[in-house]
Amino acid sequence: MDTRTALALARFGLGRCPAEEVPRDPVAWLAAQLDAPPPWDGPPMPTAAEGLRALRDDRAAQCAGLPGGAGRALLHRGADAATSALLGTAAPLRERLVWVWANHFTVSRRRPMLAPLVFPYVQEAIRPHATGRFADLLLAVVRHPAMLLYLDLALSVGPDSPAGQRRRRGLNENFARECLELHTVGRDAGYTQADVTEFAAALTGWSIDRDGAAPGFAFFPARHQPGEKTVMGRRVAEGEEGGVAFLRWLATHPATYRRLAARLAQHFIADEPPAGAVGHIAGVLAATGGDLAAAMRAVLAEPAAWQGAGKLRAPFDYAVAVLRALDLPPARRPSLLSVTGALGQPWLDAPLPDGWSDQAAAWNDGELLLRRADWAFAVAGRAEAVEPLDLAAATLGPLCDATTAGALRQAGSRREALALLFATPAFFRR
Amino acid sequence: MSLTRRATLLGLGAAMSLGGASLALAAAPGDRRFVVVLLRGGLDALGVLVPRGDPHLVPARQPLVPAGLLDLGGFWGLHPALSGLHRLFQAGDVLAVPALAGPDRSRSHFAAQDALECGAPGQGIAGGWLNRTALLLRAPALAVGGDVPLLLRGAAPVDSFFPAAPAHPPPDHYAPDYYMQVLALHGDDALTGPAMTKALAVRRFEGAVLAASAQAAGRGGFPALAAAAGRLLAAADGPRLAALELGGWDTHVRQEPRLVAALHPLDAGLTALHDALGAGWRQTVVLVVTEFGRTVRMNGAGGTDHGTATVALLLGGAVAGGRVAGDWPGLAPARLFEHRDLQPTGDVRALVKGALAAQFGLDGAALATIFPGSFDVAPLGGLLRV
Repeated sequence: MDTRTALALARFGLGRCPAEEVPRDPVAWLAAQLDAPPPWDGPPMPTAAEGLRALRDDRAAQCAGLPGGAGRALLHRGADAATSALLGTAAPLRERLVWVWANHFTVSRRRPMLAPLVFPYVQEAIRPHATGRFADLLLAVVRHPAMLLYLDLALSVGPDSPAGQRRRRGLNENFARECLELHTVGRDAGYTQADVTEFAAALTGWSIDRDGAAPGFAFFPARHQPGEKTVMGRRVAEGEEGGVAFLRWLATHPATYRRLAARLAQHFIADEPPAGAVGHIAGVLAATGGDLAAAMRAVLAEPAAWQGAGKLRAPFDYAVAVLRALDLPPARRPSLLSVTGALGQPWLDAPLPDGWSDQAAAWNDGELLLRRADWAFAVAGRAEAVEPLDLAAATLGPLCDATTAGALRQAGSRREALALLFATPAFFRR
Repeated sequence: MSLTRRATLLGLGAAMSLGGASLALAAAPGDRRFVVVLLRGGLDALGVLVPRGDPHLVPARQPLVPAGLLDLGGFWGLHPALSGLHRLFQAGDVLAVPALAGPDRSRSHFAAQDALECGAPGQGIAGGWLNRTALLLRAPALAVGGDVPLLLRGAAPVDSFFPAAPAHPPPDHYAPDYYMQVLALHGDDALTGPAMTKALAVRRFEGAVLAASAQAAGRGGFPALAAAAGRLLAAADGPRLAALELGGWDTHVRQEPRLVAALHPLDAGLTALHDALGAGWRQTVVLVVTEFGRTVRMNGAGGTDHGTATVALLLGGAVAGGRVAGDWPGLAPARLFEHRDLQPTGDVRALVKGALAAQFGLDGAALATIFPGSFDVAPLGGLLRV
C-alpha cells in the first residue's frame, strides 16, 4: 500500500476495514463513489412517519400513565441501521459526505422529541442529496419534520393569517435566522433583522401534518402570512412557491458557495485550508449550479488534499475507524451511540445548531484524548485472533512508523498491542 | 507561589519552562478564585429577574410572567425555581445587574458568544479573556465539563475536567504500563503529546482530591459538575480560575416549562458550588453571564426570540450583594432597543473588568491586556465589600 492509497482510505474514506479490497487506483476509486447513490443495503431504517407516530404513541402513553418508549426504540433502531452502513459500506467517501452534510444541517436529539426523527432525517433528507445539487439538499432539509421541529419552523404562524388571527399566534424567527447564518449565505452576507423577520414570514405555513397514517411535511395556507415579502432586496411571492424560489436563490448565492467550499476544504484538506483551494471549489460550485459531487471531485484534484500531517479525527470519526478496523460481529459490537457519547461527541446530539467543530482545537483536549486510549483498551478486549502488526499494516500501511511498530512488538499482550495501535498518533488522525 | 502550586498540581515541575524571573514577576492570586458560569443560548432576563414593578411588563408578555415570584425588594422578583439563589441573595452574596449587553449586536448565538468570550466584537482578538487573566496572574485554570470554551482558550495552559466515564475504567489494573506507552508514542507529537501528558497528571490530582467524596463519581449533570468544581477549587493546590457551561436557554417555544427545566439545575449547581467551596466562598467571585437577552414581547409560539440586553449575576462571600444594581431602562415601547429588545444600559465587560480588578487588585494596564481595545468601557466600582 502506498501513501496515496493509505490517505484515500483514511482521510477520504472511513478508515480501512481489513476485509475491504485495497483500491488499485485510489483517486478513481474515490471518484466512482460520487456517481450515483447505491441502493441502501443496510438493515431497514425507520422513517420520519414512523417517528411522528412514535411521538404520538408516547404522548398517548404518557397521558395514560404508561411508560411509552416507542421514540427511544426508534432511535436505537436508527442508530443500528446507520452503524451497519458506516461499518459495511463499499463507498466510504460517499458515506463520509452524508455525515459532513448532516453536520452542516445539524439537528439534535438534545431536543428530546427529535430522538425518533434524527436518523430518518439523515436517511431521507441528507443521504439522497449528499452528492446531488445543494439546492435540492436544502429544500429536502427544510421540509423534513426533524428540521421543522428542531428550529421551530413548524410552529411559526403568520400573525395576519387566518390561523394567526384566530389563535393569536405569530412568527418564530429561529429557523430563518439559522438558515441564513449557518445553512446558506452566512453573517458576512450583510442581511438585517428586517430580512430575518421577512424571511420568517415567507416560510410561515411550512409545517407538519401530524395526523393520519403517513404524517409528514405539509404546507398550511391558513397559517401563511399574506402578501409579498422583501428579503435581502428580493421580492418573495406569497405562498409556498415564493419560499421555494427564495430558498433556491439562497442555495445558489455566491456567498453560500464560498461557505460550502470552505466546509469541504476544512474537512478534507486542513483546519485552515489554502485560500486558493477554497476559491477553486467555490468556482466549481458556481459553474455547476451547486453540484456537490463536482465540488468533491475538485477537492480530490487539489494537491494540498494529499499532503500535510492529516486532520485530527473527531471522536465520531475515530470510533468508526476503530470499529471498521476491528470488524467485530454485530453481536459483539459496542453501540456507536454510547461510544460517541463517552468520547465527547454524542451522535446527532450537538449542543447548538452550528453542529460539531471540524478543527483540531475542539478535539485536542488531553482528557478527551485519554478517553480514546481508555476506550481503545476496552474495545481491544472484544477482538479475537487479530495480529496487531498485521492490522497496523492493513489499516495504516506506510502511515505506521517504525517507532509504533516497535511498541506494538514489545507490548505485554495482544490486547495491549491492539489498544496501542488504536491509541497511536497515526490512528488519531486521518 | 502560584508557579509552585501549579507545578505541584500538574506534577510537572521539572518540565515547566518558566524561569526564576517569571516566578518573581508572577502576581500570585493566592486564595482568590474567579468562576464563570456561561449560560449558552440566550437567557431571558425578564423571565428570571422579573421587573414586576414595571407597568409595561404584563401588557408585553403576561403569560411569561411566572407566578409566585420570590421577593427581591419591591420592584424586582426572582423566578420561583431559583430558591437557592434567593437564599444567597438574602444573605447579601448576590449582585444582579439587570440590563447589560456584550459587544455584539447581531443576535447571532455564535457571534454573540464569541464576542462575550473574546471580550471584543468581530474576530479581532484570538482566545478568551479568562485565559488572558490566567496568563497574567499565572493562575491555574480549569474548564469544567469536557471541552475548553473559547473563554479559556489561549496561550495559558488550561486543564479540563469531567467525571470519568464509568463504562471505561482506566486499564491501570490490567496493564500498568499502558498509559506510559501511549504517552511515549505521543511524546514527539506537537499536537497531542503535551495535551495528553498534562491530562494524565490532572487525572491523578483529581483522583486524589475527589476520592474522598462520596459524590465523586457524579454522573454528569450540572449540579454534580459544579460540586466537583467547587471541591477542586477549594483544594489548597487546586485551580483558581474556572469556567462552567450550561445550555437550554434558547426558549423560542413554550418558554416557561423550558426555562424552569434549565433554572433547576442552575440553581442546584450554584448552591452546590457554594457548599463545596466551604470557607473558600469568602474568597470566590462567581460571574453568571449569557450571550444576549430575548425579545420583550412573547413570540407566536409562546416563546421569545433572540434579543439584546440581559441580566448578569455576581455571587460570592465578598460580593457587595443583596441588591439589584445598575440602570433600568424600562419597558416602555419607545425605550426598547430596535422596538423589540431590552435596551442595554451598560457593557457586560464593565462588570467583568470591575470584578476582576477588585478580586485580583488589577490596574488599568492589566485590564487593558485582558480586554484589549476596550478603553472606553470603564470598570464598574463597588462590586466587592472591602
